[in-house]
Amino acid sequence: MASIYVRHKVIERRVTLLAVLAFITVAIGGIVEIAPLFWIESTVTRVEGVRPYTPLELAGRNIYVREGCYGCHSQMIRPFRDETERYGHYSLAAESMYDHPFQWGSERTGPDLARVGGRYSDEWHVQHLADPRAVVPQSIMPPYAFLADRDLKIADIAAHLTALRHVGVPYSDADIARAAADLAAQADPDADAGDLAKRYPKVLIRDFDGKPARLTEMDALVAYLQSLGSHVDFATASAQEAAR
Amino acid sequence: MTAILLRSSGWLGLALLALVAALAGADRGFAVHMAIVALAAALLGVTTAVRGNYSHQPAAPADLSGQYYDEVIRWGVIATVFWGVVGLLMGVVIASQLAWPLANLNSEFTTFGRLRPLHTSAVIFAFGGNALIATSFYIVQRTCRARLFMPGLARFVFWGYQLFIVLAATGYVLGVTESREYAEPEWYVDIWLTIVWVAYLAVFVGTIAKRHEPHIYVANWFFLAFIITVAMLHLVNNLSLPVSWLGSKSYSAFSGVQDALVQWWYGHNAVGFFLTAGFLGMMYYFVPKQADRPVYSYRLSIVHFWSLIFLYIWAGPHHLHYTALPDWAQTLGMVFSVMLWMPSWGGMINGLMTLNGAWDRVRTDPIIRMMVAALAFYGMSTFEGPMMSIKSVNSLSHYTNWTIGHVHSGALGWNGMITFASLYYMAPRLWGRQRLYSLRLVNLHFWLATLGIVFYTASMWVAGITQGLMWREYGGDGYLVYAFVEVVAAMHPYYIIRVAGGLLYFSGALVMAWNIGMTIAGRLRDEAPMAGAAFDPGRDRPLAPFAPAGAAALPAE
Repeated sequence: MASIYVRHKVIERRVTLLAVLAFITVAIGGIVEIAPLFWIESTVTRVEGVRPYTPLELAGRNIYVREGCYGCHSQMIRPFRDETERYGHYSLAAESMYDHPFQWGSERTGPDLARVGGRYSDEWHVQHLADPRAVVPQSIMPPYAFLADRDLKIADIAAHLTALRHVGVPYSDADIARAAADLAAQADPDADAGDLAKRYPKVLIRDFDGKPARLTEMDALVAYLQSLGSHVDFATASAQEAAR
Repeated sequence: MTAILLRSSGWLGLALLALVAALAGADRGFAVHMAIVALAAALLGVTTAVRGNYSHQPAAPADLSGQYYDEVIRWGVIATVFWGVVGLLMGVVIASQLAWPLANLNSEFTTFGRLRPLHTSAVIFAFGGNALIATSFYIVQRTCRARLFMPGLARFVFWGYQLFIVLAATGYVLGVTESREYAEPEWYVDIWLTIVWVAYLAVFVGTIAKRHEPHIYVANWFFLAFIITVAMLHLVNNLSLPVSWLGSKSYSAFSGVQDALVQWWYGHNAVGFFLTAGFLGMMYYFVPKQADRPVYSYRLSIVHFWSLIFLYIWAGPHHLHYTALPDWAQTLGMVFSVMLWMPSWGGMINGLMTLNGAWDRVRTDPIIRMMVAALAFYGMSTFEGPMMSIKSVNSLSHYTNWTIGHVHSGALGWNGMITFASLYYMAPRLWGRQRLYSLRLVNLHFWLATLGIVFYTASMWVAGITQGLMWREYGGDGYLVYAFVEVVAAMHPYYIIRVAGGLLYFSGALVMAWNIGMTIAGRLRDEAPMAGAAFDPGRDRPLAPFAPAGAAALPAE
């Protein structure tokens, strides 16, 4: 053993050698652990129903990120009886495959939101976001009333979809060309939504914030929340799971 | 003269460019950030012009090779104290928001969601980062017996890092975030930090390269590993595609499972390298210096250095137990986390055993006491961490306040205490004072901080385990007993106790700010010495009237 300590003196006298060896040492773990996730196919098993976000949902998701909601809300249901009974079917890898960045979270100061879509009415969400304690007296969530008063301003929503396509989200040319129109149409029941529902299955087209005349940040955030976790039909997916 | 004009107008040109970017910016956050950059560049341009040497004779270069370059370290000490106070104050604010939601102040800029990253970044990167930069520059010069390599570049590192902090902090308040925990700044701030970090590496390695000691001291191994690894983590984790070159928003290059593991590979090693390896560098210099004892074991330091940096990198997946991350990665993360316990304790043992033969100093020297407490908290949280990374324990602890308690026993106990001790060691030496303004205030700081940590971690442990148990509680009827909001309500008393603990710890930092401020001002507090009663041999004998005659003639026993 002693010889190892004697030989270590060689490293201690050469800063380049020390730096290179240290770099190799710290690089190994990441290479072995992370790199395979990009080529092992079973990492993300394809599931029917998962689709990219509509422009309005994406805008809502960006507001969710901007406000730091991930600091208190997870979007990852673990496969435990109490969690699946409380929140719904445990989360599948495929359900966040178009999430750049992921929003799994690390803390549940508030409840998990992975399957909050469809659980409450739009009206409930609008009231709750504006004044959480008006709806849930014991809540400690901050109020987000300003979302209802602010028009949704996005300079170039098509550029957002294009950027996402570059990092791997399969938006079609039509999705990008119609991005701005889709954005407005989803929250306006009177507008002509075109083939929006065909390109984005299960899309909810309606006024979300109770103000049909305006497209607000509240519209976007509620549209996002109502879309969460509702795309996969677990009635058909469960049989597949049992077979494995 | 031409050189000054060139440099000055270069800065002003940059300011103009940033101003144009601010006006053309696609969103408010980007515009404000470019305005800040413009202001910083303009300030630099004007300073360069005003403070330049316009005489025809170039100023005689003073021979400074015989002195360490400490100016930037003095600034670093001030910045560390300042950002420490800011970061801890933000902690008290957001802790209050969880106890009393009214404290969100009904404004978009002061919600918990936006202030939480402000708190975490202020304490980790502003307080911790400045402490690391200042101490590493201090230590590398003294252990290499060489003046800092390229002092101008070192100044750039310091001020460039402050700009990074200001951009990150203002960004959070304005809602500019990538939502990657502990790596929230957007793409252009990330690029700026990369430039600053490369300069930091150059200054550090350059100083080691010109050392006058044959060996590189062990503290510098840790600093070097910290700088290199943080560069690697930062670059990979922040790979993202901006929507526009004139806007703040970008989208991560990875998604879902892969994004989650990349982020927690980063996140856990921000702890492992920023908050552990770097701070162990401080420990390896300041503990032996303050105790006046050599490091306990050279062999242990070799073994624990290589094993610590090798094992830490693997531990990230323990943040993703029972998620959609593949099982093999979770198990690998757990196994390596448990193994990590050993090198962590190797560091603690090496630090604590350095006090062999000087243990009495724990009683008399409050700075040593802080160091011992720091190492004790390091030991505790590096035992708790591996325990929490065991999947069955994690199924209870994950998503709860137990994690928050664990993080703070490490952050407040280990990082805070070892930083305070290092600042107390450096301050009188950097400003040429005979001693600190007051050692008794250090003692007060120690007790305020220790008591604060006890309140904080104890309340969060109880809160976290309560939370975990309430969530999974089933009644005899087979239904879940508690609604989610009932668990939220049950947290209320613990949140209040946490605020109290945070206030204690924060007030300790204020005492430190006062103490170091007074030390810089050159004041000495008139106080009884800390080292107990002074020994006077003249009085160490029996009173004369009761002494038997001839007592002095008796042989000494």
